Amino acid sequence: MSDDTVKPTTDPTRADTRLDGVDLERISLYAILCGLIAFYLSPLWSGLTTAFKTQSAFVRTSPLAPPMPEGFTLEPWELAFATMQGGLLNSVTFVLPATVLSATLGSLAAYGLTKLSWRGQVAILVLFLAGVFLPYQSVLVPLRQFWSAVDVAGLLSFAPFLANRADLIELTITHTAYGVPICTILFRSYYLAMDDAMIEAAKLDGASPFTIYRRIVLPLSAPMFAVALIYQFTQVWNDLLFALVLVTSRSNYVVTQSLNVLQGSMVQEYNIQMAGAFIAALPTIVVYVVFGRQFAKGITGAS
Amino acid sequence: MGPDIAAALARLRRQRRPPEQQARTDGGLDEGSAKAPVSPVSKLWYSDAVQAIPFWLPPALLMGWFVYGAVGWNLLISLTDWSGLGQPEYTSLSLEMYRELPGDRSFRAAFRNTVILLVAFTGVSLAIGLVLAILVDRDIRFENTFRTIYLLPMALSFVVTAIFWSWMYNPTTGTINVVLRGIGLDVLASDWIGNPRTRLWAIIFALTWQFSGYAMVVYLAGLRAIPDEHYEAAKVDGASTLRMYWRVIIPQLSAATVSAVVVLMVFALKAFDFIFVMFGDNPGRSADILAVMMFRVAFSRAQWAYGAAVATVLFVMALAIVAPYLYVQYRRGAL
Repeated sequence: MSDDTVKPTTDPTRADTRLDGVDLERISLYAILCGLIAFYLSPLWSGLTTAFKTQSAFVRTSPLAPPMPEGFTLEPWELAFATMQGGLLNSVTFVLPATVLSATLGSLAAYGLTKLSWRGQVAILVLFLAGVFLPYQSVLVPLRQFWSAVDVAGLLSFAPFLANRADLIELTITHTAYGVPICTILFRSYYLAMDDAMIEAAKLDGASPFTIYRRIVLPLSAPMFAVALIYQFTQVWNDLLFALVLVTSRSNYVVTQSLNVLQGSMVQEYNIQMAGAFIAALPTIVVYVVFGRQFAKGITGAS
Repeated sequence: MGPDIAAALARLRRQRRPPEQQARTDGGLDEGSAKAPVSPVSKLWYSDAVQAIPFWLPPALLMGWFVYGAVGWNLLISLTDWSGLGQPEYTSLSLEMYRELPGDRSFRAAFRNTVILLVAFTGVSLAIGLVLAILVDRDIRFENTFRTIYLLPMALSFVVTAIFWSWMYNPTTGTINVVLRGIGLDVLASDWIGNPRTRLWAIIFALTWQFSGYAMVVYLAGLRAIPDEHYEAAKVDGASTLRMYWRVIIPQLSAATVSAVVVLMVFALKAFDFIFVMFGDNPGRSADILAVMMFRVAFSRAQWAYGAAVATVLFVMALAIVAPYLYVQYRRGAL
């Protein structure tokens, strides 16, 4: 918000050009920007129109044309939702804990690595930072070995409800572990910039590091929690690779898996595929539209 | 840097004080030492180094096991000859799997495609991102809306974007060919993802669509950090807009470029989900990349050790990209 209101006044050179009446440069600038909008939205737009068309309509009409009354249908959405509702529910149940856990652990780790001063922090930090860039392929085989050695279902056999969801519990822990590095980096840069005065005062009053964290650092961390939670939510919700490797029973399929299955089984029904894609993308689109700023902060946090 | 040192000194001074003025800890070791002279043990106990351990160690252990433990385990598995059902034999280790790689034509193809993807995707995304950032930075109205839309694809799953682009590239009714025919370029319309010669480029194009917004955000932050005087000075010198950006502004974006390059390259190494959803685990030699090959070899064919060797190659590539970056950041004191 602030950028938009401040900039024009601080930038007289660019304001000048606006006085020239018909300004070709400005007009072509907006034309290019709008052309780019059309480009960036075209895959979503053609997907959206197709999702509301009948099979015969989307074959005959342009994918850019909106659905006409005679070719309009809601059936693709119903069919896609019926196939994917189990996956949606599974995703919600495991994405939320994984998101909250990695953000919390990241915040704790960052606090230990910034607000309490000791040597060797940078070495530990580099280990976290390198973890952000890890290509997940290089851990997949051990990951499968590890989770087949740890019998989560057996350990939880006293609670059949949880034992049936063992795949999702494994997925939660895995995503939490791989989310810790980026969350730590995000919180660390935030804590480095945080004013030390209150913490120093609390220390003098004899507050323990944990009290300082809970009473001072944690409440001040709310904006960064928003960034980390939104980043992690998007990452975990959108992931397919870990689910492919860890989730074997069909009843535990997550939303990206069920969308992949839908796509594979409805090869020619593009309208159902598109409806399914929108259903799977809806939570992240909503989060993105509402928290665009936090999302942008999160994705640039690693650099 | 200055205030940091002052704060550190202040902290150091405080640490030398006896523990009764120090933080009360939960479950302190030595209650009695409050009145006694400071023993080395209690000094250590109350030091920030020890007090910090409960905060960073548990997350570090979790992350360390899953990241570094798993990378090491993967290396170990790649030295065995494990395949099929059963468990790996860790008794006889050899570099056999790595010796097989150079002679494997599908590995060579996947390696070549990975490098092409890495370079072309990163280069094009940066260029488009820079153009977007400059356009958005020209004091436009509805700047937020423009920025939000250009960045939107990044919020979508690869599974979703792969489905959208399969439809975009559909040879008969896909948007790309419909538009090409619409503007009279019928000759260009083709089966973009069916034809092995265009397949990899079609993937790169779609991935660029998804990630150029990221480069825009990074460059936008870089542009906003450049003082307005630099723009004004160039204007006063009578430089054209194009010249101003080329000679004055873009050279100041090198730090933004470096970090965007690293992140984009790592994204490219991870582009598995997109290709897997579009083509399954075998996109053919023309579009196979190491990430997909690794998954196919290990999880579809159960050649675990060989898959682990391919995974190690991927890891080394990522390391080769990230290590110099981290080293430079460290030297600059940015960590």
